[in-house]
Amino acid sequence: MTPRSRIPFYVAIFLLISAGISLATWRHIQLGIPWISGQQEPVWMVEARIDFEGTGDPVMASLNVPESPPGFRVLSEQAASPGYGFSIVEDNGDRRAEWSKREVNGPQTLYFKVQFVADEAVLRQTSRRKPKPEPIFWEEPEATAVEEILEQARTRSSTPESLTRELIKLLQPDSNRAQNTTLLVSETNYMGLLTRMLNHAGIPARTADGLYLEDARRRQNLRPFLQIYDGESWLTFNPRTAEQGLPDNVVLWRQAAVSLLDIVGGDDSEVSFSMLRQTIPALQLAQAESSQNGLSFLSLYQLPIEEQGMFRMLLLLPLGALIVAFMRIVVGIRTSGTFMPILIAVAFVQTTLVPGLIAFVSVVSIGLLMRGYLSSLNLLLVSRISALIILVIFITAGLSIAGYHMGFNTGMTVTFFPMVIIAWTIERMSILWEEEGVHEVFVQGAGSLFVAVCAFLAMSAPVASHLTFNFPELHLVVLGLILLMGQYTGYKLSELRRFNPMKVYD
Amino acid sequence: MGWISPFKLNRLGMLNMNRRNVDYISRYNNRASYPLVDNKLRTKLVVEEYDVPTPKLLQVVRQQHEISRFKTRADGLNCFAVKPAKGSGGKGITVITGREGDHFLKASGAAVPLSYLERHLSNILAGLYSLGGSPDVAIVEDLVESIPGLARYSFQGVPDIRIVVFQGYPVMAMLRLATKASDGKANLHQGAIGVGLNIANGHGLNAVQFNRPVTHHPDMGLALENIVIEDWDKMLAMAARCYEATGLGYMGVDLVVDAKHGPLLLELNARPGLAIQMANGCGLLPRLQSIEALRRPHFTPDERVKFVKDAFGA
Repeated sequence: MTPRSRIPFYVAIFLLISAGISLATWRHIQLGIPWISGQQEPVWMVEARIDFEGTGDPVMASLNVPESPPGFRVLSEQAASPGYGFSIVEDNGDRRAEWSKREVNGPQTLYFKVQFVADEAVLRQTSRRKPKPEPIFWEEPEATAVEEILEQARTRSSTPESLTRELIKLLQPDSNRAQNTTLLVSETNYMGLLTRMLNHAGIPARTADGLYLEDARRRQNLRPFLQIYDGESWLTFNPRTAEQGLPDNVVLWRQAAVSLLDIVGGDDSEVSFSMLRQTIPALQLAQAESSQNGLSFLSLYQLPIEEQGMFRMLLLLPLGALIVAFMRIVVGIRTSGTFMPILIAVAFVQTTLVPGLIAFVSVVSIGLLMRGYLSSLNLLLVSRISALIILVIFITAGLSIAGYHMGFNTGMTVTFFPMVIIAWTIERMSILWEEEGVHEVFVQGAGSLFVAVCAFLAMSAPVASHLTFNFPELHLVVLGLILLMGQYTGYKLSELRRFNPMKVYD
Repeated sequence: MGWISPFKLNRLGMLNMNRRNVDYISRYNNRASYPLVDNKLRTKLVVEEYDVPTPKLLQVVRQQHEISRFKTRADGLNCFAVKPAKGSGGKGITVITGREGDHFLKASGAAVPLSYLERHLSNILAGLYSLGGSPDVAIVEDLVESIPGLARYSFQGVPDIRIVVFQGYPVMAMLRLATKASDGKANLHQGAIGVGLNIANGHGLNAVQFNRPVTHHPDMGLALENIVIEDWDKMLAMAARCYEATGLGYMGVDLVVDAKHGPLLLELNARPGLAIQMANGCGLLPRLQSIEALRRPHFTPDERVKFVKDAFGA
């Protein structure tokens, strides 16, 4: 019999473990599932409020809503407007929320709520169509002034960006501006003038409306921002300071659209915004987004909540198995029943540790006393075990009732222990006692409890339940480790003690 | 009690539990052969075909209702042993050495009523002592009377000889002596004494109890040096033949020397323990590896015994 080569085995284990880790990493990056639980992600809840006066006619209100503003992702959208028909229509990059109603009288309020999440990935965006600068016609004397200012800016700049910056500087009132500028600029037309001048200079430009995100602000208005097209994407400038780029706390609500709000059949319309900073667990965020992602089939979030709860528990078991395998194979702790410690550990998860330990030890010791009597009855094994199961149930019921009357609710937790397993444990311990003596009972009992407590500590760690449930593929790693331990041929820790007397022969 | 470094153990060639399981038991022992050794009744029947004698089978109790007939069938018997066919580690073996009125005398001298034995039989049938609790049968065997030369070294129980047989080669042997601590049983982990035996001639090497070296039997007070096993060559040949009988590549063969019948096979063990190395004061690994390295294995049991005596005689 020639020993088979173990290389394929180790390669398979390596593949298993690396598959588990890389799949988990991939899902972490793709879905943003956090590695540790309790990680909080800020979410901005922005509410647009539209007020108008109904005139008795059919109303069509149409509000431009953002699709993917730079630096943010839309997590959810929701409209609140009793009695109105509502839909979101999209036309050529102009995404609009539309409300409609047959007959509207008196003051009306419509709400549109959006949840934004900061996301660096959507910072740069390319437009589908290459915009062209609009042709602009000026009348004298403005034409000359515009040409002169543009010439001035052009001499100081080399690129569309720098030209824009210089132009903005030249148009500022505090700069010692020339007569030309004063002629052109007034407060009301500033943004229009800027875009028209840039278009005139051959640079596609437009205004966008942004919203400064500050926690718990109400009745905020949109602020204008200047955007120019550099041939690849739209660049945003602060129209007053010429600062390029968008501040982190600004969300551009309107970019491509011509108008923010159109109302047909209403008067005195206005839009205002209020916002709120919410923090939701990163996990919840990932769950909310998972349904939109191709990798979502790998996650358990799609299952009904009840099944999810069951899996949460089930997926902890491999961890317990890993602990038991390690304790028995590498450390060499003797336990009564191979996997009894896992089941006890699972019960501990329900009962918490100290009450669980007390309950377990008391049930087993009372059971051992009763088993002593059963032993003298000369019963067949099956009926003895069956009798023991019933006795164990009596004991747990007795402990629960006694605990309850004494004011310990923890007494009730004994019911989480698997009765049949406890009955078998008592039977085995009792046989062990008769055959090997009380010492072995304590060695194996303490070994089982020790392993159970270790498994419990591993399984009850928040990180453990988080990782096992949200990254089920990590169980491939556990499986790989267990298989690897199955090939461990080295000395157990306990054998280093056991074989200690061999020192004399060395 | 201190710790020994794993490198030192490696240098001594000590076989450990994990390595035994992975590299020897699971590699050389075919699972299909396990029932043959895990069931003492089947072992007895199969080894007899290979000229390996075993204690005489007196009766077999297979069903619960047969227990009531045990009394009449055991009437003429004075000395016998009741064993579960699928028991392991000597569990569930009750030795009756005589009668005292209605009572039976256990090896320890305690008198027990018939009901004790009946309950014991019923426990055996229900599978209390069998692996995994599967239903079992009870066998009643002739009690082995150890030869006086060896019996004086053992407290109550019959001293037995464990030989580890690897691919048909008897590689290491030890004598197991019962003590008061082991309750008359020859199980090392229960406190029996293990005496390592020179595989070449059956002479005692050194002795351990509870894994610690001893020089004298704690109960009998006899020095454990200079023990010599008679019929050594015959025992080695018997052990070697068990390989042909079972096909198990790595097993423990338990033999006793009966005063009347000479060496008898008690049982086979597909998972022999590691304590034999401590009794011999040397590791199994070098011997196992030298047999694995044999390019031309020997075909007959006698050739294998001869090879072992030359190669591993201390």
